[in-house]
Order: sequence, then C-alpha cells, then structure tokens
Amino acid sequence: MADIDIAAGGWTSEASRENVRRRRRGELWLKAAGLVAITIAFAMLLTLLASLVITGFRAFTQTHVTLQVTLPPGDETPSFRAATRGAIEALFEGADEAQKREASRILSSGAQYIIESHVAANPDLIGQTFSIRVPVSDPYDQLAKGLIDRETPEALRRVSDAGIAAFDRLSEAGLISRPFNTALFVNADSRFPELAGLKGAIIGSFYALLTCFLISFPIGIGAAIYLEEFARKNRLSDFIEININNLAAVPSVVFGLLALAVFLNWFGLPRGAPFVGGLTLALMTLPTIIIATRAALKAVPPSIREAALGVGASKQQVVFHHVLPLAMPGILTGTIIGLAQALGETAPLLLIGMNAFITAAPSTPFDSATALPTQIFIWADSPERGFVSRTSAAILVLLGFLVLMNALAIYLRNRFERRW
Amino acid sequence: MEDLRLTERLVGTDEVKIQARGVNVYYGESHAIKDVDVDILDKTVTAFIGPSGCGKSTFLRCLNRMNDTIDNCRVTGSIRLDGQDIYDRSVDPVQLRAQVGMVFQKPNPFPKSIYDNVAYGPRIHGLARSKADLDEIVEKSLRRAALWNEAKDRLDQPGTGLSGGQQQRLCIARAIATSPEVLLMDEPCSALDPIATAQVEELIDELRANFSVVIVTHSMQQAARVSQRTAFFHLGNLVEYGETGQVFTNPRDPRTESYITGRIG
Ligand SMILES: Nc1ncnc2c1ncn2[C@@H]1O[C@H](COP(=O)(O)OP(=O)(O)O)[C@@H](O)[C@H]1O
Ligand SMILES: [Mg+2]
Repeated sequence: MADIDIAAGGWTSEASRENVRRRRRGELWLKAAGLVAITIAFAMLLTLLASLVITGFRAFTQTHVTLQVTLPPGDETPSFRAATRGAIEALFEGADEAQKREASRILSSGAQYIIESHVAANPDLIGQTFSIRVPVSDPYDQLAKGLIDRETPEALRRVSDAGIAAFDRLSEAGLISRPFNTALFVNADSRFPELAGLKGAIIGSFYALLTCFLISFPIGIGAAIYLEEFARKNRLSDFIEININNLAAVPSVVFGLLALAVFLNWFGLPRGAPFVGGLTLALMTLPTIIIATRAALKAVPPSIREAALGVGASKQQVVFHHVLPLAMPGILTGTIIGLAQALGETAPLLLIGMNAFITAAPSTPFDSATALPTQIFIWADSPERGFVSRTSAAILVLLGFLVLMNALAIYLRNRFERRW
Repeated sequence: MEDLRLTERLVGTDEVKIQARGVNVYYGESHAIKDVDVDILDKTVTAFIGPSGCGKSTFLRCLNRMNDTIDNCRVTGSIRLDGQDIYDRSVDPVQLRAQVGMVFQKPNPFPKSIYDNVAYGPRIHGLARSKADLDEIVEKSLRRAALWNEAKDRLDQPGTGLSGGQQQRLCIARAIATSPEVLLMDEPCSALDPIATAQVEELIDELRANFSVVIVTHSMQQAARVSQRTAFFHLGNLVEYGETGQVFTNPRDPRTESYITGRIG
C-alpha cells in the first residue's frame, strides 16, 4: 500500500516516475528473457541441422571411375567378372606390381553387376568396347572426399600407400569423377555403402503410411463424429474420452509390443511387412485423429447447427451437410500431422521386424521391407565408414518428407478454410 | 414512453394457430417457464417482451421443439399447432421445424451461395420436383424477404458476403422457403443497424399476410411498431397477454406497467 501513498504525490512526481521506471525495467527483462529463450531454441535447431548437413552432404555425391570395358564378340554369356577385372587392369599397364594388386580393390564389388545390367539393357554392346562409369569402393570414396588423412601411418589407414598411388594414377588420367549419388534413391539397402540406397525404405514407409491412413482416417472420423455428435454424454462417454486421451499418450513401443503379440503371433501376419507396420502405426494415429476431429467439430459454431436444425434438417443432415464440411480443414490438418508423426516412428516398427537387412524394394505391402526411420537405425549401427554420412543423408531425406507433409497441411488449411 | 406510436392495425384473424396450455420448462433443476397458457393467432404478429432472462427465448424454442436439442431441457404441458399436439410421440420434430420456421438473433447464413442457402430447406424436404421448381421457390422466397432485387445478380455468391441486414433477410428467406405456417423470430434485429432494422420490421409486417409470426424483442418500441398482440414475460411467468395497444396503454398488471415505464428490466 506504500506505493499508493507515494504515487499520491501526483503523476508527474518523482515517486510516480520511479514507479514507471521500475515497470519499464520489468517489461524489458521479460522481453529479454523471451528473446533468449527463442535464441536458444533456434540455436539448437540450427546445430542439429548444421551437423546433419555437414556430415550428410558428402553422401549426396559418390566417387566413380570410368572404365573401358571390352566384351568378346560372339559370347552370349560373357564373364562380367573377367571383363571388369580386365578393364581395371588395363589402366595399370606398366605400373608396379603393388599398384596392380590394389587396382581391383578400388572398384566397388557391385561394379560387375552394374556393367551386367547395363549390357542387359543394351544387348548390342556384346562384342564391343564401351566406356562406363562405376562407383569406387567405400575406402576410396572416403579418400576422394578427403576423409582419410594421407599423413597417418600406413598401418592405421584403411588404404595402403600402393592403393593411394593407384588411385592418384587414375585421378591424374582424369578417370575419377564425383557425380550426384543417384544410388541413394534408386537402390535398396546393401552391405556396401557405395551401393546402398533408400528406395526400399521409402517404398516401405509409403506402404506403411498408406495402410495407416486408409485404416485410421475413416475409423478415426467415424469414432469422432459418433462421440461428438451422437453419443449421449454420460459416465460411459466420459470414460471413453479419458481413455482416448490416455491412448494418445501411450509410448509407441507399447503399441509395437501389442502389434507383435496380436498381428504377428496371433493373426500370423508376415513379419516385417509394411502392411503390418501400417496397422501398428494406425493404432497410434487413431487417437490423434479422433482428438483432432473432435476439436474441429467442436469449433464449428453452434449458430450453423441451429440454422440447419431450424429449417428442419435432421441431426444426421446437420452433421453431414454442414458440420463435417466446415470441420474438414481441421480434420485434414490433424490427420496429416498424425501421419507425419507416424512417418518418424521407429520403436514399434523395430518390434515387428521392419529392421531386417533387405536388399530389394518391396513390390507389395506384404513383402518384408524397412521404413525410413528403421533404415536410419540400421545404417547408424553399421560399422562401415560410408554409412556415417549416409545416415545423416537419410535423416535429411526423412526431414524433407516431414517438411513436405507439414507444408501440405498448412496449404490445405489455408485453401479450404471458410469464414462464417 | 410517449413516443410509442401504436399502430391501429386490425388483427388479421381470431383463428388460433398455436394453443399452449400449462407449459413448464426445466433446465435440469431450474424452472425456466412456469405454467404458461397462451393462444397465438393466425396471420398475426405476436411479440414476446420482458426483461432479459425471463424465458422469452425458452418459450419460443418450445414452439418448434428446438429445446429438444438441449440435453438437460425438459418440457411439460401441451402445445397444439392446428389442434395437433406437437409433443405427441407421433410427431417428428424435424418435420415440425419445416412447418414452424425460425430466425435467430445473429444472422447465421450457411457458408454457401445465396441460392443454396434458400434452396437447402426445400431440397432436404423434397419440395421441388425439378430445377425450375426450385428456382421458382428460391425467387419467391427472396422476393417475399425483400432481398430479390439486391441478390438476383449474385445468387451464386456466398451468403456470408452480404451485409448484416441482408444476411438477416436471407435467413428469413431461408426460413420461409419451406412454406412454414408459423415463423418464429428471436430478437431478429438486435444485431442490425437502424436502417436494416426498419427494413426487417417492414418485412415482418408484410409476412403477416401469409404467416403467423412470433417475435421476441427486447425493444418495446419495436413490439409496439410491428405486433398486434403482445405477451409480457417476467421471471418465467406469462404476466400479461393481450392486444398490443391495450398492453402498452392500459396494462392490467402492475408488473407490466413498471416494465413499460422503465422500472423493471
Ligand atoms: N441451455 C440452457 N441451459 C440452462 N439454463 C438455460 C439455458 N438457456 C436458458 N437458460 C436459463 O433459462 C432462463 C431463461 O432464458 P432465456 O429464455 O434465454 O431468456 P430470454 O430470452 O428471455 O432472455 C434464464 O434464467 C437462463 O439462464
Ligand atoms: Mg433470448
């Protein structure tokens, strides 16, 4: 109460000025604290992105060597192994023996299969000499990217002195190039980092999300409409509501265990299939969609319902002609955010076996596959150096999809939002 | 209250359209309407007046069973529309609401085109056999609501893009498109400016030729201007009901007099 007495001196008095100064100082502090909080949050986000980009950007290119491959004429089933070997050895004519021995290690072990499939697509190459670009093996990719220090003693290095000399010889001949790493997107997983790609994981994630959407969207909307618009409000509906809210907070690994017990062990569905992954993710997404849909339905102003009831629309007509269309933007936004969450979910997919090593992309949702987050998990666990940058690259790809989905949610919200 | 210009209009008919007997309404434990008897005449504008919270809206909403949509609301007594008890088990409230149209306090057009706003009722009740039929109903309703001239060139534009007064007339057009027999209006002008109010009042007077109109209003001037009969509610009781001129100039109940002279309310 002392303040009031002092301020009673009038609003221009020294006491009241001091009051104003104190208030301004308080406001300044609050503003400063807010700025600091935002700065910290942004700094963390930037650190995350920067570290991903710094380690990951190298995975978007891959070192290649250009070979002149000769296939003997008249041979319908040539030995690609021999042809590949011949092509690389031809580059080392006159070099010392140590270099020659290293030469074939420079090539990726997948090189002969790449040549084989190239020839299969162009059969008239048989009996000819043609040039083709094939990836180098991971240690030499690392060397080309400057990730192997030439100054370290030979015994501690993954490439020998002779290997470095051999690689430099190819470089000087202008045969080494580093194009965009298309393998990262068109190949499925592989033991060899230079051949490994995300195709299987992307398709696996797509099938899983599709299954998840097809199941959780209609069921979620149906449940929400019933609960919000038709169910009588009583103890039972309160109980259901509380449980749905709790369900949304259940850790995802629990859903994975449930799926393992029910879908795999009881129903006998295939292990590691994106379809089963989608079912599991649907269990988790369902409460999110129900909650978002109920919120969107609740946000439709009662005046619209009254208007429709007032002209003699039935309850059902009110909901389906007026309330649901108006709630659609909110429902879609909630659904996409739920799906984006599902896209990044790892634990339940690990439990149902979507972390197997599979070198072919799934052709149906019932084939074993990985998903993007489980692929990241597998790569992060791999000892080969090349997987370090590929793990970061895969995370960037996953983040890219998440950003796309959120952008879609924002677009839909703005596009279909109507004012009343 | 000298400026109340009571219009010496004849009451259209003495035929009773709605007959309410012993109506009680409860919201849970609270008793909102207490034993109300009233006869609402055909082709007449009846005004419900009274201090806020006295139950005018509650009673109005009994007449088209809008109270059914409120979970804890209970209505007892009998309300007959043309002799038929509207709370009878055989009566479908949805069908009833097409017969007893309603206009709300805040204009609430659907976020659809002007045409679709008016056509919605006839569509769901199957009142039009063809597109031409429907066009005719829409035009007729908009004409009756005195909105046709302003709206005829923009029927495909959203109803929410109209001005407040136009929106309210659109809501009236929407309500009369199902050819109801009774039109209920809950403070239809309270969100409108004086010019729009005057237009809607004029419209109400014209609607009397075809409908029985019940209007809730907090403005006594408005009740005096548009209505032939006035009911005064106070604390859930129907205190006085009679010809508008009589209620305003020569109230029988002291509470009515206090309200009209500005002592309650
Ligand atoms: N939905 C409701 N639930 C509970 N009480 C209500 C509800 N609507 C109105 N009431 C109560 O009923 C009484 C009459 O309200 P109302 O009919 O809206 O009055 P008026 O329209 O005359 O201002 C008020 O006391 C109000 O608090
Ligand atoms: Mg009211």
